[in-house]
Formats: sequence, structure tokens, C-alpha cells
Amino acid sequence: MRVILYIINKEFRQIFRNKGMLPIIFILPLLQLVILSNAATYEINNISFGYVDNDRTHTSRALIDKFRASTFFDVSQVFPHPKESDLAMLQGEVDVVLTIPEHFERDLWKDKNIDLGVTINAIDGAAAGVENVYITQIIKTFNKNLAVDMVQLSNNTVQPVLIEGIPLFWYNKTLNYKTFMVPGILVLLVTMITLFLSGMNIVREKEIGTLEQINVTPIKKHHFIIGKLFPFWVIGMGLLTIGLVLAKLIFAVPMLGSLTLMYFYTSIYILVILGMGLFISNFTDTQQQAMFIAWFFVVIFILMSGLFTPIESMPKWAQFLTELNPIKYFVEIMRMVMLKGSGLTDILPQLLKTTLYAVIMNTMAVWSYKKIS
Amino acid sequence: MKEETVIKVEGLTKVFGDFIAVNNINFHVRKGEIFGFLGANGAGKTTAMKMLIGISAPSSGSANVAGFDVYTQTESIKKSIGYMSQKFALYDDLTVKENIRFFGGIYGLSKNNISLKSNLLIEELGLEKVVHSLVGSLPLGWKQKIAFSVSLLHDPKIVFLDEPTGGVDPITRRQFWEMIYKAANNGTTIFVTTHYMDEAEYCDRVSIMVDGTIEALDTPKNLKAHFGSDSMNDVFLKLART
Repeated sequence: MRVILYIINKEFRQIFRNKGMLPIIFILPLLQLVILSNAATYEINNISFGYVDNDRTHTSRALIDKFRASTFFDVSQVFPHPKESDLAMLQGEVDVVLTIPEHFERDLWKDKNIDLGVTINAIDGAAAGVENVYITQIIKTFNKNLAVDMVQLSNNTVQPVLIEGIPLFWYNKTLNYKTFMVPGILVLLVTMITLFLSGMNIVREKEIGTLEQINVTPIKKHHFIIGKLFPFWVIGMGLLTIGLVLAKLIFAVPMLGSLTLMYFYTSIYILVILGMGLFISNFTDTQQQAMFIAWFFVVIFILMSGLFTPIESMPKWAQFLTELNPIKYFVEIMRMVMLKGSGLTDILPQLLKTTLYAVIMNTMAVWSYKKIS
Repeated sequence: MKEETVIKVEGLTKVFGDFIAVNNINFHVRKGEIFGFLGANGAGKTTAMKMLIGISAPSSGSANVAGFDVYTQTESIKKSIGYMSQKFALYDDLTVKENIRFFGGIYGLSKNNISLKSNLLIEELGLEKVVHSLVGSLPLGWKQKIAFSVSLLHDPKIVFLDEPTGGVDPITRRQFWEMIYKAANNGTTIFVTTHYMDEAEYCDRVSIMVDGTIEALDTPKNLKAHFGSDSMNDVFLKLART
């Protein structure tokens, strides 16, 4: 036991003596939280919108004004001719072009079917889909108002019946994407920092030659590893704390569930990541190699974690693979506990899987660490 | 003269693929002896030493270090030996005192014992002024002397020194050898590799390795007589060239 304390003492001294590393450990991740949470948005705004108005009537201008009034669209360009709008689309100046046909107003009053031309730049398919929904909504509302106008004009006693769904958004009432993103990004920074630090650490001792010295001492493998990893576990928990405080102060993300549960889960989760980092460093000879391998896994884990894209939309084989992704469990737990107030029984499946993962990872790490040169 | 044997090596061999790094070497080292382990670069000295200190398993043959077997009792060997490598092995980003405390700690020394030993060491080496300096800021010669003292902290039976004086100035080398003699007089066995032939003269007995085998093993005096040379340098050149 005492041996472990000597190692922990030494590790902490080295970490806090390294003036270059400290800002990397504590400041960069928090910048990341603040910047990414604000910038990595799903909301589609400032869509550059152009139109070709072949009708040039009161009604067609009224339709354009609806777009102008919307906060999503940035009505910047008027094209006299479709050729010019095509060119502008090609050059990336506009993302959406609305073409209003000739006799738009006349046909509308005559209750004829009208084809409005909507061209959307769909290189980003997801964004194009959202833009399509916005456009359809605006046109529908416009149409509805128009229909009401017409009804009143014709002095008909029959009121048009409008059926509308009223959505209720649970757990994130205002559909604030930050509420959704902040817990996820908090997961990222805790994971990345602890993985990189633990992955780099033992390899660094290999590089400078001190590991050989350690290997000729009678130190027990698990003592050495516990002593090595404990400081990073503390740092990970510290980062979680700072991140939660920032989430509350800057982003007003609610914390509905139990903080104790959050910390309890995180304490086990970090063990998975540390074991992984150690496992990587046992199989590499230089910090560079360790960094590359760590990056390889981090990128896959992040993109397949459900943080940015829903796991339900992935193909079946990919969904199966995400079962091996620790970040997925952490993202789920974070969102469940923070936003839904889930309790211990709700997160039990993830908790058990993470615990199993931690046991397997650390057993492999201790097993693969050989006290040989 | 009947003396206790602390290292027994019989037919020790290490093979990497189809390359035989160490080929069937045999020798005994007596307690309190300064045993010089010589050889050209790539002759297999370091490989042989790594087997003896328990961080590399032999391919065949047997060896017994401080009474323990190199196949099955490596952790017991590690308790009884000290080791200092040519690659400097203290932590540059820790102070002298912190290094002493750390290594004392992982060898399981008690707190009192650590502070006692570190005070003694600091006094002997005259390190009072630099005790709180980072090891990385000290000159190489100092570092090597501290590393040697640290390898003796837990009173090992045998100390393995892998080219301890590489790159060190002649005065410091002299002082370093004085430290080695002192340790040997206290009954510690010294197993040392070196490229400096004047240092070979300081050893009680010397073995010379050529291409994985031990070509000669005797006292420097006998070796010089046997090869008709007046210095170990000559002996070494005669052996290594053939």
C-alpha cells in the first residue's frame, strides 16, 4: 500500500511541475466546452435565400415577405432569370432558390394547382431536409392565411377546419440544442484528457528510460499501475466537476438527477478509459504511436457515440458495434441523469456494462504490462 | 580460499530469431568482488546483463543470482540487486531529494530509514546545496554519482552497473570508482560493464565477451601475462580483433 502512495506522490509532482501540460489539462478542455457547445449546432440558421419572381404581383411579394420575416432565411438575392439563379447556386452564393411562376396570383384565386419551384443545395442532405421543412411550413402558413382571406372575401359561412398538432417537447422544453450538447461535450473532454494522459504516461517513461529502472525494482505490477492511474482518475473527476459547474453557470443546463449518481458512474467510467490508455501504452514504444492509436479510437468512439448522430439511425451492424463504445454509455447516462433525472435503477444496464468493461480493460492492462525490457 | 558465490551462470544463451546474442556463457562471481564485464559494442553484454537482472528471460542455460533463479524468481532477484544503466535512470523532473524518496519508497524502505539514508547520501556526496534542485539541471557526473548511490539505497547484495561512467570526465570517473571500491569493501558485489580499459584494471576479475561468447576470464594481471601485453587495452584489442 505504502508503495502506491510513493508513486502517486511522484506522479502528482511531475504533473504539476510540467508547466506546459497544466494548461493543456485544465484550460483547453474548458475552452472546448464553451466553444463547441456554442458552435456545434444542429439549428439551421442564416440560410441564404434567393428568388426568381416571374409573377411580380402583390401576392408573390407577400410570399417573399414571409421568407424575409423568417429568422431562418437571409433573403439576399433577386434573380431576374433562372439561369442566373442556377449560376449563383453553383458558385455557392445561395442555398435555396424559390421560383414563383407566372400567373401565380391569378391561379391562386382561381384555386388552380400551382407549382412553386424550390431548389435546395443538398450537398449536406440533413441540412437540406431541415430547410425543406422550413420552406414548406412558410408556404403552408401563407396558403392558409390566403385561404382564410378568400373565405372571408367570398363571405362564405363555412369556416375552413384546420387540424393542427400541438407538439409537447419533454425533457428539453425549449428545444435548446445546448441542453443536449453540453452534457455530451463534457463527456468528450473527460474522456479525451484522461485517455491521452494515461496513454502517453507510461510510454513516456519507456522513452526516457526510467521504465527500465522501474522494471528492475521489486515493485508489484498492480501497485505500479494503480499508482500511475490514480492521479489521472483524480484529474478526470476534477474535470467533470469544473465542467458541471460551467454547464450550470454558462449554459444553465439543468441537473435533474442525483449528482452523487453522476459521480459514482463517472468514477467507474474513468477506470475504463484509464485501462484503455494503459493498454495502448503497453503495446507502443513511443508517445507518437500511442497518440495515433488513441486518436484512432477516440474518433470512432465519438462519431459512434450518439453524441452527434442518433445511434438508432445507424445500420444494424454499427449499432451492434456501439455496444463496445464506452463513450456511448457515458453520453446516455449524462443526458439521462442531467436532463431526465434518471435514478440508479434506470441507468443500471449501462452501469453494469461499464463496470464489466472496466474490469476487463484493467485486467488486460495489468496482464499486458510486463516487467521486462 | 573459500568464498560465497553470488552469481552462478551456466550455459546461459539468448537467441533472437536466428541471431544468437549470448552463446552458452559460463562464469561465477564471488561475494564482494568487482567483476568487470567487457566486450565490444554488440558483443552481447547488455543482453546477458538483462537476463541476470530479471528483465529478459533466457533461451536456455541456467543462472542463479543472489541465490535466486532467473527463470522463476525474478522478483526475488530484483529485491536483492541494485541497477544503474548507461541511460540515466533518475527522474529529471524531480529534485534530488524526491528521487531518493521515490526509489527508497518503492524498494519498501521505511520512512525513517529513507530520511536517514538520504541525509547520509547527501552528506557523503556533498549535495547540500543542490538537494532541492531538479536532477535535470545537474551535470552528468553528479547525476551518475547520485544514481549509483540511489541504486545502493536498499543495501543490495549485488549492484549491476551498465557503462556507468560513459561520457563522464576523468576526475569524476576517478571519484566514481572510489565509490565503487567503498561499496565493495562493505561486502556489496559489483558487476560492471565498461568501455574504458583503465577501469578494467581496477576490477578484481574481468571477462571479455566477443560475439556472444566469453573469450577470456581472469584477473587483469593474469590476462596481461597470458596475452603478453602490458595493458588491458592490448589484451582487449587482441581478443576483439580475432
